[in-house]
Amino acid sequence: MAQGATGKKARPLSPHLSIWRWGPAMFTSIMHRVSGNGLAVVGLGALLCWLGTLAAGPEAYAKYAAFAVSPLGRIVFVGISWAYFNHLCSGLRHLLMDIGGGFEVKTNNMWSILTHVFGVLLTVVFWAILLLR
Amino acid sequence: MGNGTSIGRVRGLGSAHSGAHHWIVQRVSAIGNLVLTAWFAVSLLLLPNFNYITVHDWIVSPVSAVALSLLIISVFWHVRLGMQVLIEDYLHEAGTKFVALAALNLVVFGAAFYGVFTIARLALGAA
Repeated sequence: MAQGATGKKARPLSPHLSIWRWGPAMFTSIMHRVSGNGLAVVGLGALLCWLGTLAAGPEAYAKYAAFAVSPLGRIVFVGISWAYFNHLCSGLRHLLMDIGGGFEVKTNNMWSILTHVFGVLLTVVFWAILLLR
Repeated sequence: MGNGTSIGRVRGLGSAHSGAHHWIVQRVSAIGNLVLTAWFAVSLLLLPNFNYITVHDWIVSPVSAVALSLLIISVFWHVRLGMQVLIEDYLHEAGTKFVALAALNLVVFGAAFYGVFTIARLALGAA
């Protein structure tokens, strides 16, 4: 509403790094947003390029595949997979909290931290299977 | 709308009537994403390699083509809702917010259509 600032107090706004006090839950919330939006842009971009080059034919697909195994490509795809597993784990935490679980401070902090541990672990396992198969 | 106190400006307007629906669809699409992306991740690991022929033959099978199309729809729906919240949280100027939300809708629909179309093209044998 463009009423101007008269008589309006500056109210705190939702997720702003300068307002939230750092803690496991806050960090997990921020990372959920970062990994989710990163996945949406980079992950889906890569997925659509994959489908697009597949539909375009073997030559186009070969270029995509060459990029994927280049050093930069590896960084991009490891990043995408980490963002996926991180968002997956913190998303499961959200679903658990939606049904009322895990609100005790100790439990909440524990699951917040484990979210990131599992996110990294799943990424490592995924790439280990992929590269060692 | 009056321009009195801050509570006076919102009293009587009621809720936006769309918050609960947004919240629930975000969760339902999350469950869809969970199932479909887990299938996708496992499928990638089960492929013997990522050569054109291998991936092409995998993607054109009815189960893969349908599941991947559903994945596109579920994930883009989830993205549409999630990025809407991001925009609403960080863009406070009404005009900028309107443009960003309109652009989000156009990009999401366009990108999702592109994804489903490429899969259909492959599965129906045009490529």
